Amino acid sequence: MAEVRPTSPLEVQEAVRLHPRLRPKGAGTKPALSAPREGEVVLDLSGLRGLLQYEPEEFVFTAYAGTPVKEVEEALRAHGQYLPFHPPLAGRGATLGGTVAAGLSGPMRERFGGLRDFLLGVRFVDGEGRLVRGGGQVVKNAAGFPFHRLMVGSLGAFGIMVELSFKVFPYPRATRTLRVALGNLAGALAALERLRGLPLDLLALDLIPPATLEIRLGGFPESLEGRLKRLRELLGREGEALLEDEAHWEGVRDLSFLEGSPIWVKVPSTPARIPALEGLPLGPRRYLSGGELLYAGVDPEGLRALRGAGLPHLVLKGAEEALFPPPPPAFFGKVKAALDPRGRLPLG
Amino acid sequence: MGFLEELKALFPPGRVLTREAALAPYESDALTAYRRRPLAVVLPERKKEVVEAVRLCHRHGVPFVARGSGTSLSGGSLPVEGGIVLALNRMNRILRLDPRAKIAVVEPGVVNLEVSRQAAPYGLYYAPDPSSQPISTLGGNVAFNSGGAHCLKYGMTAGHVLGLEVVTPTGEVVRLGGESLEGVGPDLAGFFVGTEGLLGVALEITLRLLPRPEAYHTLLAAYGSLEAAGNAVSQVIRSGLLPGAMEIMDRLAIEAAEAAVGAGYPQAEVLLIVELEGPKEEVEEEAKLLAQVIEESGALEVRIAQSEAERQAIWKGRKAAFSAVGRLSPDYIVQDGVVPRSRLGEALKEIGRLSQEYGLRVANVFHAGDGNLHPLVLYDGKKPGELERAEELAGEILRLCVRLGGSLTGEHGIGVEKKAYMPEMFAPEDLLAMERVKEALDPRGLANRGKVLPEGVVDPRLEGAHG
Ligand SMILES: Cc1cc2nc3c(=O)[nH]c(=O)nc-3n(C[C@H](O)[C@H](O)[C@H](O)COP(=O)(O)OP(=O)(O)OC[C@H]3O[C@@H](n4cnc5c(N)ncnc54)[C@H](O)[C@@H]3O)c2cc1C
Repeated sequence: MAEVRPTSPLEVQEAVRLHPRLRPKGAGTKPALSAPREGEVVLDLSGLRGLLQYEPEEFVFTAYAGTPVKEVEEALRAHGQYLPFHPPLAGRGATLGGTVAAGLSGPMRERFGGLRDFLLGVRFVDGEGRLVRGGGQVVKNAAGFPFHRLMVGSLGAFGIMVELSFKVFPYPRATRTLRVALGNLAGALAALERLRGLPLDLLALDLIPPATLEIRLGGFPESLEGRLKRLRELLGREGEALLEDEAHWEGVRDLSFLEGSPIWVKVPSTPARIPALEGLPLGPRRYLSGGELLYAGVDPEGLRALRGAGLPHLVLKGAEEALFPPPPPAFFGKVKAALDPRGRLPLG
Repeated sequence: MGFLEELKALFPPGRVLTREAALAPYESDALTAYRRRPLAVVLPERKKEVVEAVRLCHRHGVPFVARGSGTSLSGGSLPVEGGIVLALNRMNRILRLDPRAKIAVVEPGVVNLEVSRQAAPYGLYYAPDPSSQPISTLGGNVAFNSGGAHCLKYGMTAGHVLGLEVVTPTGEVVRLGGESLEGVGPDLAGFFVGTEGLLGVALEITLRLLPRPEAYHTLLAAYGSLEAAGNAVSQVIRSGLLPGAMEIMDRLAIEAAEAAVGAGYPQAEVLLIVELEGPKEEVEEEAKLLAQVIEESGALEVRIAQSEAERQAIWKGRKAAFSAVGRLSPDYIVQDGVVPRSRLGEALKEIGRLSQEYGLRVANVFHAGDGNLHPLVLYDGKKPGELERAEELAGEILRLCVRLGGSLTGEHGIGVEKKAYMPEMFAPEDLLAMERVKEALDPRGLANRGKVLPEGVVDPRLEGAHG
């Protein structure tokens, strides 16, 4: 299989102009998205890496798109900061570009929002090989068309990202996790909905079906005990408190609970949709962010069931057809035609 | 039948305005220096009416401008010569408010504050809070990706819009995004937000709601200089705190606010407002740290709101600052540039110098937490040449922001006002990409024609390169 490995934006531009069909790849942690189809040349972006700018006091960094999330997070951590949307698969090598293109957020998205809330700017090479900038490098900006937001979940459709700017936040000084079993799905859902509506500032609020909630708190060590106590009172259960919870949540965000499943999917959800989802033949799974985001492991039958039920989803691993449903032609198709008129890039 | 006759046939009597006196209120938005008479103003009450009007415009090649409350400060809702205005204020129904899903589905003419008002009984609110929130509409907020005092922590409008129903300039109705916080495929709803009405008209908007913070801690500190207040902001950030809002007002702005609403602010050169919010245990701890930081920052006077009424009084002055400045001067231009936070001091010093050089007063009110400046350039439009001088000064400030690594606009949009400055911030290829997207969705250039994209961007050499 043909593969190009550019190490500069200019080389990305050259590659795009040279090859009629390309498939961008970061680290390949979402193979369903990055594996080349017939006739495609792989554009491996792992050589375009490195932090370009990071000013802790500005809450902003800019890095090449092929930079591993982990590398960025180490730099942030040295200044007590983090990417609050908690990009998944960081431990497996996921890159910034792959994370944005796949549109993925992890368990801690509950507190401040997802990827779309933290991406500030992009430089990308469009389907004609032109280098285009959208957004900026400051935490607030409303100038021009927001091409950076167009990249979220784009799967490379509009261009190859070469550089990305993100907003970051201070990392909580301490964290605690409460794990509570609630008997049955109905009970767990009721508790979930209750917690969602309260101003508890939870870092993470996950449902592991049928009936377990995992709730993560972050803040001052002095305040956490009181908040944990309040949480227990609200739920009317003691549960189990994890004081050293870091490793646990790193496992969650690397989707280790999907290990062994042939197909990995992301499904946008809502609490109201959970009972229906629970009626499908899905494998290991976890609802993140108060029930808004499901990562599930399925087999081909489960995937057919999702499709049959008309539920939108994205396959990260294990199937050819990654995105369901396809994006709306009236809007998507025109933007695609504007930025990739020759159809060199994936999708559409 | 001509265009106007067909248009009138689409609407019941009285909902297509064409008489001069009826058109006058729509001739400008809050940037009153620009005025233009539209061909007609239509007052749709239903989605279908908007869609039909847009389709008719498309068929006849007539430009259209969507308009909410006309509070744009950048000429975004300025009519186009020979075009129509779609005045959407009557589409002001909250179609669904689902407290369990924490969403609200609204028509574009719903006023921002109304959403929080309706959500309040459920302990929820809509976070983006432009100072114009009692009047501006969500359609306008979406088009401009509006902000407010709480952007650092909560982000701008784009993060709070989950889904949109849009009629494209060619009359196709599309749904972008959905009702979940998460989606799959390109974030087209996110992309639409901030495109200033150039890619279509929002017909229906799905918003995310948040639980109202349990506790607030609102602090007002007085400083002897803008520099000292700016340093205090940096110290707060360095301490690891993440306040909900950090706002600064200078002497001129304080005076104006006092005169207008009598907020009871201390007499000072500069005031800093810092507001913490969150669970009460957490806010208590944060407040201790904040007190220490502010003490070390050399504040001359510190007040802490002891009740909701005192908190509201502090905010009242800040929120009224823009309109209050109208009392100090017959006219003013509000600028909206952004600079990296660490360069605020430098930016303000240079603005002070420019103010002297141009002989025009500049009042400063700004979102210090995110480097979003709002210099208000005061002028008297009746004095010959003063508007031009004010515009030049405002332009210098914009260039300064870009030079310091910031942006032309934090929240007010480019509109007509700043489009000439777009090439300062964006390279020709960036602007060309915007042009191409606009052209693909709006081949006849009808939706908010003449806004955002500067004239003559398309470099013929670039055009040839891809042909
Ligand atoms: C006193 C004052 C204070 C302000 N403070 C702030 C602030 O703190 N933060 C901030 O961000 N802004 C602020 N603004 C600016 C302004 O209020 C916002 O930009 C607001 O979003 C405009 O809303 P509107 O309903 O008045 O829109 P309009 O002015 O009517 O229109 C604004 C733009 O939106 C487009 N538009 C309107 N409706 C639609 C639709 N349905 N679909 C597509 N496009 C549409 C218009 O074509 C136009 O380009 C302030 C303005 C004033 C006068």
